[in-house]
Amino acid sequence: MTHATGTKYLKNGMLPHMWCSGCGIGILMGAMVRAFEELEYTNHETVVVTGIGCTGKLDDYLTTNALHVTHGRALPHATGVKAFNPRLKVVVIMGDGDSVTIGGNHLIHAARRNIDVTAIILNNFNYGMTGGQASGTTPEECITSTTSFGNPEREIDICALAEVAGANYVARQTPYHGWELKENIKEALNKKGFSLVEVVSPCPTHFGKNNEMLEAREMLLWLQEKSLPVEKYRKLGVGEKKDYFAVGTLVDRNAPDFNTRYEEIRKRALEL
Amino acid sequence: MGREIKLMQGNQAISEAAIYAGARFYAGYPITPSSEIAEICSRVLPTIGGIFLQMEDEIASIAAVVGASLAGAKAFTATSGPGFSLMQENLGLAVMGEVPCVIVNVQRAGPSTGLATKPSQSDIMQLRWGRHGDQTVIALCPASVRECFELTVKAFNFAEKFRVPVILAPDEIVGHMRESFEVPRAGELEIIDRKKPSCPPDQYLPFEAEVDGIAPLAAYGGDHVFHITSSMHGPNGYANNNPQNASWRVEQLHRKIDLHRDEICLTKTFDTEDMDVLMVTIGATTRSGRAAALEARKRGVKVGVLQLLTLWPFPEKEVAALARDVDTVVVPEMNYSGQIAGEVQRVVGTEKEILRVNRYNGTIITPRDILESILESRSGQSVRAGG
Repeated sequence: MTHATGTKYLKNGMLPHMWCSGCGIGILMGAMVRAFEELEYTNHETVVVTGIGCTGKLDDYLTTNALHVTHGRALPHATGVKAFNPRLKVVVIMGDGDSVTIGGNHLIHAARRNIDVTAIILNNFNYGMTGGQASGTTPEECITSTTSFGNPEREIDICALAEVAGANYVARQTPYHGWELKENIKEALNKKGFSLVEVVSPCPTHFGKNNEMLEAREMLLWLQEKSLPVEKYRKLGVGEKKDYFAVGTLVDRNAPDFNTRYEEIRKRALEL
Repeated sequence: MGREIKLMQGNQAISEAAIYAGARFYAGYPITPSSEIAEICSRVLPTIGGIFLQMEDEIASIAAVVGASLAGAKAFTATSGPGFSLMQENLGLAVMGEVPCVIVNVQRAGPSTGLATKPSQSDIMQLRWGRHGDQTVIALCPASVRECFELTVKAFNFAEKFRVPVILAPDEIVGHMRESFEVPRAGELEIIDRKKPSCPPDQYLPFEAEVDGIAPLAAYGGDHVFHITSSMHGPNGYANNNPQNASWRVEQLHRKIDLHRDEICLTKTFDTEDMDVLMVTIGATTRSGRAAALEARKRGVKVGVLQLLTLWPFPEKEVAALARDVDTVVVPEMNYSGQIAGEVQRVVGTEKEILRVNRYNGTIITPRDILESILESRSGQSVRAGG
């Protein structure tokens, strides 16, 4: 059996990509285009919507349809695309700034609305593009270029937020888990309704440098040590859980998606 | 078949005209005095195969409109002052990505939350300059319920034809006014749809303008795969920071409007053949202005009225032509800063005096306000107008 490479979704002449050595975005992109190939996605039916920041540059490398938008607003743009043409496969790529900081409200409402798009969120705990400032996922006490003496604020849990807001599917992986990441992306793409995959990722250039993980390798090992398969994670006591994060499929349910519900409303409106 | 005569509110006429023009997607967030448009769309669109989405805020509303438009919809939203402010960044994206869409801004009195239910005409500059960066849009302003209908159809036509966001900006008075009018029959008004690419899919460049200055626009899901980005981009829609390319893009965004300004600049004139005084009006102020002009003529002052239906691009040629031979130009408008008057002054030059009649307390400018100002300026002393 030949392995999917996903290269047919990558634009000729654009590689090597712009991301720093040790960054997780390239691995995310690789996993995503392999997932596209294994699911036999076509460029015509696929729309990738991106926001702003390092992760938001991902559309530059793709041959699918793409919509690169303002900071934090990828999800509502994707909502308009999908609501009007439900046949399209709509994939939204965001960083932690886009998804849960400037655009957090849209994540809540996309999940609540259960719009059938897949959000892939690269969480590297800081704003890489602008020089490593704190974001909504920067852990408490961590050092960034705007929290030089330690972050006084607590971090948000992207997956927990998506779950309580109503997402049909939520998973978490890291670039250390390349194969599992691709499999979770495939599950998310196949899920009808709002699906989300968080990719906890190294940013050695900024976050790692500021927080005693100078090399990409150290950051990857840190991700390996801190991540536990969700089945194991759930068996930990409350005190132990704070030292780890769960990877794997966290939420899997089948509430009707927005377009299905809207079709029912259309029928009702016509009957009256 | 004759036209049906209907009693309608301005906001209702806007909703019905949008659907008449082919709109099948509305995304919005409730705000006075525009909410009737959302309510009507929520009832009608699901029955005609369209989509109504109530979004989490105005930022998301215009975003969803942009997304739907690129998926092939004629899409629109409606809002007012605070919501219009929130839409500005993504409106800039629609300019940059050349995404056809219509935004209705039913103007209310600010600043900030201001007089939330009261009319004003104080967003004139925000319509044009509300977004950062070099860019241009089209903005239209109706003065009656019939014009709400006609200009909404025009707004969609301009958006589709020129690949540009078009803002329809009635003041609250016109949005909430009820009048009867002959509703245009189906097929009576011209409906324009965006140009689709006719080239082979692998040759499609979404920003390569044709001789008319406008590039064809495909829809996501069709044979022509394409990229749209808010970043500076080349003809293929991919990000491009080359200085030469950036100049070309900014010029192209302006050129497509400049090339067609005569078609876009809509005005109406009333009694301008033999006037000594030119009055320039917009929106509801046109109605008070015309009443004042008729009254002034009874008192021997020959006043003509130029109504601007297009606010942006500013109808400079039309204003200049009519202002040339009059000794006074009067501009009544519902704002403090004289946003229209400033533009008129720019066109006629500083040597000609502009008589400004401004009101900014959330109430309409009355015919008497305008008449008194005109008579005062003519006599050089205070004249009591009316009874």
